[in-house]
Amino acid sequence: MSSTTRTMAAPRTRVVLAALLRKELRVELRSFEAVPAMSLFSVTTFVLFHFALQRNALSGDLASGVLWVTLLFAAMLGINRLFVADAEQGGFDGFLLSPADRSVLLYSKALTLLAYLLVLEVVAVPAFALLLLGSALWPALPGLLVVLALGDLGIVVIGTLVGALAVRTSVRDLLGPMISLPLLVPVLLCAARATSPVLGAVGAGALPLRWLVTLALYDLVFGLITFAVFDFLLED
Amino acid sequence: MIALHLALLEIPLHQAVPYVAAAYIAFFALILIYLAIMSGKLSRIERELGELTELAARRPGSSEEHDAP
Amino acid sequence: MYGKRLRPLALTTFAALTLTLVLAFFWAPNDANQGFLQKIFYLHVPLAIVTLCGFVYAGLAAIAHLRTRDSRWDMRSYVAIHLSLVFGVAVLVSGSIWAKGSWGVWWDWSEPTLVSFLLVMLLYATYQPLRFAIEDPERQARYASVFAITAGAFVPINFVIVRLSTAYLHPRVLGDISANLPGRFQVVFYLSLVSMALLWITLWRYEMTSKHASAQLRALKRLLAGDEDEALPRRSAVPTLSVGAGGAGSSGVGAAR
Repeated sequence: MSSTTRTMAAPRTRVVLAALLRKELRVELRSFEAVPAMSLFSVTTFVLFHFALQRNALSGDLASGVLWVTLLFAAMLGINRLFVADAEQGGFDGFLLSPADRSVLLYSKALTLLAYLLVLEVVAVPAFALLLLGSALWPALPGLLVVLALGDLGIVVIGTLVGALAVRTSVRDLLGPMISLPLLVPVLLCAARATSPVLGAVGAGALPLRWLVTLALYDLVFGLITFAVFDFLLED
Repeated sequence: MIALHLALLEIPLHQAVPYVAAAYIAFFALILIYLAIMSGKLSRIERELGELTELAARRPGSSEEHDAP
Repeated sequence: MYGKRLRPLALTTFAALTLTLVLAFFWAPNDANQGFLQKIFYLHVPLAIVTLCGFVYAGLAAIAHLRTRDSRWDMRSYVAIHLSLVFGVAVLVSGSIWAKGSWGVWWDWSEPTLVSFLLVMLLYATYQPLRFAIEDPERQARYASVFAITAGAFVPINFVIVRLSTAYLHPRVLGDISANLPGRFQVVFYLSLVSMALLWITLWRYEMTSKHASAQLRALKRLLAGDEDEALPRRSAVPTLSVGAGGAGSSGVGAAR
């Protein structure tokens, strides 16, 4: 009884979240706008790096730098697309007309971007190992996965905020990267520093804890900021 | 920039003067450019104020003309 | 309103700035290592600190704007960022000149303060384009405030992280800037900090006065000429200050008559 009235008044967060995520999945499966482009872009960028650096195999600093810059730019494509359908086809209006809590939109978009990034990495990391990495991927993989997870988190919290900020401007494709890249420099810095010993030429080194902790703290702080200010972007 | 590099020998005066002068001149030049831009805005305010004064002076004499939308 | 006591403030700033320059060049001794070149320190470091405080203030004003929905707070935030950008360019230029003088290069990536300052400037350089790209004034103000809060939080965090990234490569005293400076250096440094802060506040109030005057002027124009006479408002990055149409406008008319 009480649960029915609650559902009538304000639908439960989990229900709304599930509905929004289903919508995101359906939109992506119908249009294939974000994920294939991001994956393809990353592979193309590796090829570009091969020719620009004139190297057949990379390791250490260079390998981690190339990997992270590529992931970051591929993520930019996803961030730019993240809210476009909602802004152009009335998704925002539909959501705001519903009695759902507004933070749920943030959760659903953050999870969507995270899913984009995970699919991207499923393609990009093996492609990187195949095309450019000098050492073997398997010994480096556990450490790399930890850094990727924390780096993704940072890209997700900043990307969701900036994507929402830029989408209803007249030059969204320019503003999105221009605002998010400086904000993502600390993420790139920590992630690249943490990855380079893992991809060392002589075999996977230990994971530098200091960079992981810094990265995790940065993710946390910007997660809180995004959570605090996101609602203000949805008020009309 | 804050930490002074201890390994450095003292830089001779004649060599340092242009750099110090350049830094301070750059600072004051920027402030002056800023003031110049602001004074451009001030003159716009003055011009608009002039237009308004004219408008206010004409208003009591020919009120019908102005009341008509 | 903002012009009140602007003249004594400007005069104080002028006096403080003059005193700082006189003391920096004629009273403070030359540095043992850097010699005369160290005089840039009195310009560069206080300027940088004031710039960053200005950005943080803009973030706080933006929080106040989102809470109160008062367009004056948006204007304060806007003017603070605008002014800190001007100061920031001076910081980058003077820092670059100092680097050239003491290390022989225009830019040094191992200097964390310089690098993080560049990042902050790159981020804030997008503030005006962001405002300009949103046509609706209300939404423009709201989005700009969200940006100012995020960027204001980014300023201190970014400094810590970039400093971490180079600190272990270049061991150095990480303590207080002035802790290892002799007495006269300290006096001039703090005096310079105060006068740069005064300069920032004076220019901030100066620009606020100007913006407030234009807003009042626009309100008066609407009152005198009627709404339909006003051309469509230009698309602009400047916040629209809603001046109380009754209060400010009517007093303006009274003065005109």
